[in-house]
Amino acid sequence: MPDAAHAHGHAHGHPALQHQFDTLEQQKESSTFGMWVFLVTEIMFFGGLFTIYMIYRMASYEGFAEASHELDIVLGSINTAVLIGSSLTMAMAVWAAQTGRARTTANFLVATIVLGSVFLGIKVVEYAEKFHHDHVPGWGFAWEGPHADAAELFYSLYFAMTGLHAVHMIIGIGVLAALIRPALRGRYDASYYNPVEITGLYWHFVDIVWIFLFPLLYLIGRHVT
Amino acid sequence: MWPDFPLFPDAASSLARDIDLLFFAWLAVSLFFTVLIAVVIVVFFIHFRRRYQGQIGDTREPRTLPLEVTWSVIPLIIALTLFTWGAIVFFDIRTPPADAVEYWVTGKQWMWKVQHPSGVREINTLHVPVGQTVKLTMTSEDVIHDFYIPAFRVKQDVLPGRYTSLWFQPTRVGTYHLFCAEYCGAEHSLMGGSIVVLTPEDYERWLATGTAGPSMQASGAELFGQLACDTCHRVEGAWAPDAGMPARAPALEGLFGQQVALASGRTVVADENYIRESILNPQAKIVAGWQPIMPTFKGQITEEQLNALVAYVREMGGSGAAAAGPEVGEPPRAEQSRRGESGVAVDGEAAAPEATEPEVTNR
Amino acid sequence: MSTTSHAAPANYLTGGGWDLKSWLLTRDHKRIGILYILSITVFFFIGALFALLVRLELLTPAGDMVQPDSYNRFFTMHGIVMIFFFLIPSIPATLGNFLVPIMIGAKDLAFPRINLASWYLYNIAGVITLWAILAGGVDTGWTFYTPFSTSYSESYVALVLVGIFINGFSSIFTGLNFIVTIHRMRAPGLTWFRLPLFIWSHYATSLIIVLGTPVVAITLLLVVVERVFRLGIFDPALGGDPVLYQHLFWFYSHPAVYIMILPAMGVISELVAAFSRKRIFGYHFVAFASIAIAVLGFLVWGHHMFVAGQSVYAGMVFSVLSMLVAIPSAIKVFNWTATLYGGSISRETPMLYALGFLGLFTIGGLTGVMIATMGIDVHLHDTYFIVAHFHYIMVGGAIMGYLGGLHYWWPKITGRMYPAFWSRVSAILVFVGFNLTFFPQFILGYLGMPRRYWAYPPEFQVLNVLSTAGATILGIGYLLPFTYLFWSLKYGQRVGDNPWGATGLEWQTSSPPPTENFLTPPVVTTEPYDYRDLHVPPESRSPLSREEEEYA
Repeated sequence: MPDAAHAHGHAHGHPALQHQFDTLEQQKESSTFGMWVFLVTEIMFFGGLFTIYMIYRMASYEGFAEASHELDIVLGSINTAVLIGSSLTMAMAVWAAQTGRARTTANFLVATIVLGSVFLGIKVVEYAEKFHHDHVPGWGFAWEGPHADAAELFYSLYFAMTGLHAVHMIIGIGVLAALIRPALRGRYDASYYNPVEITGLYWHFVDIVWIFLFPLLYLIGRHVT
Repeated sequence: MWPDFPLFPDAASSLARDIDLLFFAWLAVSLFFTVLIAVVIVVFFIHFRRRYQGQIGDTREPRTLPLEVTWSVIPLIIALTLFTWGAIVFFDIRTPPADAVEYWVTGKQWMWKVQHPSGVREINTLHVPVGQTVKLTMTSEDVIHDFYIPAFRVKQDVLPGRYTSLWFQPTRVGTYHLFCAEYCGAEHSLMGGSIVVLTPEDYERWLATGTAGPSMQASGAELFGQLACDTCHRVEGAWAPDAGMPARAPALEGLFGQQVALASGRTVVADENYIRESILNPQAKIVAGWQPIMPTFKGQITEEQLNALVAYVREMGGSGAAAAGPEVGEPPRAEQSRRGESGVAVDGEAAAPEATEPEVTNR
Repeated sequence: MSTTSHAAPANYLTGGGWDLKSWLLTRDHKRIGILYILSITVFFFIGALFALLVRLELLTPAGDMVQPDSYNRFFTMHGIVMIFFFLIPSIPATLGNFLVPIMIGAKDLAFPRINLASWYLYNIAGVITLWAILAGGVDTGWTFYTPFSTSYSESYVALVLVGIFINGFSSIFTGLNFIVTIHRMRAPGLTWFRLPLFIWSHYATSLIIVLGTPVVAITLLLVVVERVFRLGIFDPALGGDPVLYQHLFWFYSHPAVYIMILPAMGVISELVAAFSRKRIFGYHFVAFASIAIAVLGFLVWGHHMFVAGQSVYAGMVFSVLSMLVAIPSAIKVFNWTATLYGGSISRETPMLYALGFLGLFTIGGLTGVMIATMGIDVHLHDTYFIVAHFHYIMVGGAIMGYLGGLHYWWPKITGRMYPAFWSRVSAILVFVGFNLTFFPQFILGYLGMPRRYWAYPPEFQVLNVLSTAGATILGIGYLLPFTYLFWSLKYGQRVGDNPWGATGLEWQTSSPPPTENFLTPPVVTTEPYDYRDLHVPPESRSPLSREEEEYA
């Protein structure tokens, strides 16, 4: 009997069709929709942090501006550019998968991974500099300016937010790496490419989080000075 | 009703009756609906019981809308009525009358420290005269506590790092429970004591047996000098040694309760919490037109010294005085006269108030 | 659509083999549901043990059984285990897991592997929490208020919070799975308004899980970070704001109450309809009430903070919104009651639980609106009145719903029936024991006894003794089903596909269902709870029904 049930489940016969779905189309819609729901949870996750950030920024704006000026705006800008570039390569990878270009898909996936790693590398440089200047809360935090308390709060949030973002980048790079082999084997084509597509959704989301983080953390009160 | 087994708490404050009345109204509503639902269920359960195997229920499709509207709107009206009533009572609970006498309360793991207006201090007990409107200004030294007097039906969280307040007017002489109602660690359930409501004469007698210290404002004034606050916070030219030099900080006379324009362009109201923050973290909200030069007093003064300073600065703000004064936030003008510092007596050996814990436990 | 269960004995239990591996690596939502039932039962009894210890200590006014430190750990662990490891997963992860795909005519949830991962995350989280319990426990209260939790408690706060954080992802996976499954995998003809109300309430629950859990996850993570690295986000001594913590915590934890009660409401809708053999009165209102509760539930968190130092005006907004969120709950109660009118009401065990739920939830709900009234809450906040209120919702509501649902679907899950007499006895014991335990606590609360008290003034003793006595009866009421349900696995009478004579796709497949739920994919042509064409074949009647037939 289970055999009969299985035979029914795989009536449409595509090797990638999972047993609980009737058609590939239903499977694709479900996985894409699932990723969107997951991204909603991610928005709420970062949203909690953004809320905390906004409340404290309103409470001690001067201190936040002062602390923000110690961040390296050049590195931050380069990282923003790198990440936007990686979104482009990611979109290209999805396109290549959809059109069944195995080699190209893999190449764009690798390019995305490289750009993601460059971003993380620059982040490591920035973090190291913060440790060097004793700007790490809980690690002998020292501050010369008048708003030491607010600056410490700012750096607490800076590390929490960028750290959480970096964790998401690392997970994203891991998922991308897992896609390279199946891509090279030609598993993806117009009828089935949703693993690449939903990974792309995730990657773009992580980029968008950075697009919010960058001005909130690096650009406070830049027009003032 | 036997004394060991009360079913209803004492009502010993002016607010208690209002709150009980509101509660009884809700109780009546709740009883009505609970009994209604229960009776209807039991009647239906018996009347419509299944009488034979395979019996099905009524298959007609009733009109639901009229009933749905009825049982949505009626509860809504009841709820909103009681909400409004509850909000009015809540405003009364949260608005101390103008004639309230202020007591200061500090919570710490696991005791309550109280200072009377006359300077008498006690621990875990609060003596108050019956009929006197009392306002408690409260803060915590460590975690969140909650000052709760069931017989008065009042309760307020006591937070570290800021002031909250509570008021009541006892109406019956007696001894009532004081509880900490916000979980605060190991001995949370022991962090309480009693509120002793005395006749005014007994209260005076009780006060006399205690060791009256300086009042909150007086100790604040003393500290103000001791900590050299007045070398900067003064009216220009009023301090002899550097007469003629510009003041370095805004004078605090007439400050309390005013709108203060900040360097950041925003304004805040100079309330207890603002003064407190400005002592502990002076750079947080700099007044427009002044340099951020004040050092922090964080970790250098005790919670009670801080309370005293706040009480003193507030007293300097005296109600009428502020009206005539310059707009706070602008550097002071020379013609403003120096006032309100009569209590300052810089005296090197005056003990800091926290050095000895108060020991007024007489009854 | 009758099936051929007796001719085709292979079902989800026998079809995939009985070895441990086939269970631990299963992707079958029904098996994962069973795994969840086992896991949450373990945690239920751990939580109950702590409740027992709390009640024993409170027999006497003096704190004489254990030290205050131990007592504080008991009530904290009771709350954490019961809320995060029993109540939140109780109905969705067990009955919901088992039934959501079947009720909508799907072969499985949309993401079976994520479903299994959810169970593993739950267990990893549970083991971490148990480890913290065994190492010495936590003493912060389940609310983890700062700065006590970040700077003062000397217990295993960070470890437990990591456990709860991981458990949050387990919830999110379940909620995400339900949303996608309900949207994308309904059988042909199964439109939104033909869905059983159980599905509506699970959909609403999933919305709350997906939107709320991440916020508390990040909040608790920040508490861990603050505690370990001394960052100053919530501790005022480090520059933070403790009231902000309370806002973020209750932003999730108030909706979490609805995560616990909404699935129970879904169960009750099914029970009331099935045991009255009647379509539910005001189907659309009951369905939309679930969604309204989910949405409004996110806007009322501040009613936990009327005396916490938030502004009077914020309090007013939260109070009036709390009044509004009570209305959809009231609508549900009225509709269930109206469904009974003209019904063919059975007195079988699940119905007893459902009627018990109606009474207890009414009391719990009304006292809830009472304490959402600001003037009263000042007196009642953080007293035993609150404790009594939320136990009426969570035990009187959620657990009654869970037990009612378990008794209703047990023959479907296992293919066997439990003893009718004992199950009725246990339903009555639970109802009586529950009221005796928690009703005195309302009085204690108005008298002013604060919660989380290890020692209390002697005049509160009589009521506390009553409460402890009630807890003993309640405990027996819980042990009974545990015993006879186990017993029934081997000795219970076998039942047919539809022992209750109920509608719903789950009763149209065999008991237990085959691995892919239906041998022929179902097509839905009618609204739910349509009893007009009910035909109960005699061989599939429950023993109780037969007895009732003779009785009538």
